[in-house]
Amino acid sequence: MTEPLLSIRGVTAYYGAIAALKGVDVDVGEGEIVTLIGANGAGKSTLMMTIFGAPQARDGSIVYDGQDITRTPTHKIAQLKIAQSPEGRRIFPRMSVIENLKMGAAVTGYAHYEADLQRMFDIFPRLKERANQRGGTLSGGEQQMLAIARALMSRPRLLMLDEPSLGLAPLIAKQIFAVIAELNRTEGLTVFLVEQNAYHALKLAHRGYVMVNGQITLSGAGRELLEREEVRAAYLEGGR
Amino acid sequence: MADPHAGAGAPSVFAVAFKDAAFAALVALGLAAPMLGLVTVQTQSGIELEQHWGKVAIAVAIVFAGRLLLNLTLWRPGRKKSLGYVPPKVEARLARFAKYLAPLAILGAVVMPMLPFTERYAIDLGILVLTYVMLGWGLNIVVGLAGLLDLGYVAFYAVGAYSYALLAQYFGLSFWVCLPLAGILAAFWGVILGFPVLRLRGDYLAIVTLAFGEIIRIVLLNWYWFTGGPNGISGIPRPSFFGLDFDRGDDGFAATFGLTYSPLHRIVFLYYLILALALLTNVVTIRLRRLPIGRAWEALREDEIACRSLGINTVNTKLTAFALGAMFAGFAGSFFATRQGFISPESFVFMESALILAIVVLGGMGSQFGVAVAAVVMIGGFELFREFSDYRMITFGLVMVLIMIWRPRGLVSTRSPSVFLKEKKAISGSLVQEGHG
Repeated sequence: MTEPLLSIRGVTAYYGAIAALKGVDVDVGEGEIVTLIGANGAGKSTLMMTIFGAPQARDGSIVYDGQDITRTPTHKIAQLKIAQSPEGRRIFPRMSVIENLKMGAAVTGYAHYEADLQRMFDIFPRLKERANQRGGTLSGGEQQMLAIARALMSRPRLLMLDEPSLGLAPLIAKQIFAVIAELNRTEGLTVFLVEQNAYHALKLAHRGYVMVNGQITLSGAGRELLEREEVRAAYLEGGR
Repeated sequence: MADPHAGAGAPSVFAVAFKDAAFAALVALGLAAPMLGLVTVQTQSGIELEQHWGKVAIAVAIVFAGRLLLNLTLWRPGRKKSLGYVPPKVEARLARFAKYLAPLAILGAVVMPMLPFTERYAIDLGILVLTYVMLGWGLNIVVGLAGLLDLGYVAFYAVGAYSYALLAQYFGLSFWVCLPLAGILAAFWGVILGFPVLRLRGDYLAIVTLAFGEIIRIVLLNWYWFTGGPNGISGIPRPSFFGLDFDRGDDGFAATFGLTYSPLHRIVFLYYLILALALLTNVVTIRLRRLPIGRAWEALREDEIACRSLGINTVNTKLTAFALGAMFAGFAGSFFATRQGFISPESFVFMESALILAIVVLGGMGSQFGVAVAAVVMIGGFELFREFSDYRMITFGLVMVLIMIWRPRGLVSTRSPSVFLKEKKAISGSLVQEGHG
């Protein structure tokens, strides 16, 4: 196997004295969709934040595209063509949809802003209808679309999504997953997906990791994990 | 057919209103009896309790009658309630109206001193109001756009004023040289304040900036040999008109232009100077809002974490906001110094910071026009109440409470986006193509 695009080795992270990550190893290869599933409080979002440098990892290393980014400040990481749609969407509520998208293109210096804007409106026609509306007035699904579109405006190689299906109607969640799969298939976009919706995430992903209590307990191909007894018992039965 | 239950079953409207008014009167009695009814007076033998039951009766009667009247009119049950907020349609119309209002207001400000009935007092008041408009616009960059609550803004105003006064005193530099220097120095202090507070937000930031404002004032007060301490600095040189002084001399402004000397010339000149400075602040702010840095400020106000994950350097973004806001305060400060001719730490107390912040908040954070209106209302209102200075602060507080009840997001709460999708234009364009032939 060639060198992975993102390689996380033995990463630990703490909130004060509480260990949130206890030595995590995760690889994300170029062109892959990799998902990380786990229960509430397992440390999934913490891992994603740690990759983005807030909080910084106490031990271990995070290497992206051959470059160690373990100690790189957040905004510098964002300039390396890693985009993040953080937990809770975090769109700018008082700014219009189009301003939100323009903020996403800030990293690129607005080099291909117009073209990318058009592309986002093609992918998410709803956003075009809402273009001049304030972000805070959008519905949850639209806000999620906006958060993803904003992340895509920076033309990332690696897109990191934290629970894009959270709080969305199943149909909207499905749409969002379809868009992710499409972007991966047509443009070879690498996606690192943190999800609680294990069924959809594992069906979509090439590979998956299961996190329990700040540690990776299982990993494997997405469909394979879906068949595993322990995964089914913990994350799927009753959940679906 | 009349409702048979109207008289017997349900108590009549009047009875309900009467009962409510009586209850209100009882509450008023409870409050008024100790506060109005009993007054301690100093007599030869010590302190005596004087009784004023007449006053209490009047207060209770006013509350009772007023409450009854309101219950029967405005608060009458079943009366269609008017909406508590401005409906969006009216809001949109107002916004459209405001588009023309702003140029009109500027035009009004420009011609004001030329009008025949304008007195010196009006121009002086105009200078005062415009100074606060400028300060409001400057603080608006920090508070309204970048969302950094700054309670020590007056510190930069002081830095600007003292920069000019001291540079003029020690080096004999003219106003026009000192104006940019004062701006730069204030901006420098803005960055100095910015660094330690980078990690703070909200209440904590407010406290530190408040402390900073006080530090600057107290240093000015105690650094006696340098700043003159509480005596301040007097004899600050007046500005010249491209090297022409406003005096009686043969090379003065009046003589050069063949006018008869009038002390009003300088006042009018100062008026236009502060108008130009204020408009400069406004133009710079409006332009910056459309640039990446302006958008970054607003995004920072909305969500700092999201901002960082989009690759925005929040350190630089905050520091530029602080520096720019401080720079305009510095300009305003050196204008203040040259206008007064005398400055002392008295002029830079916390009350000034609070006033400027109130202007920004009441105007609607981030709205340029709202801030200008709020400055006119507050400072103009303050001047109107000069006669009754005892009631000034009460009125000030009352106006703030009322505005916050009616317009919780400030006078102008609509935020105009800096980028638009010009869809409408495209549609009309295609319609034109369809229609021709």
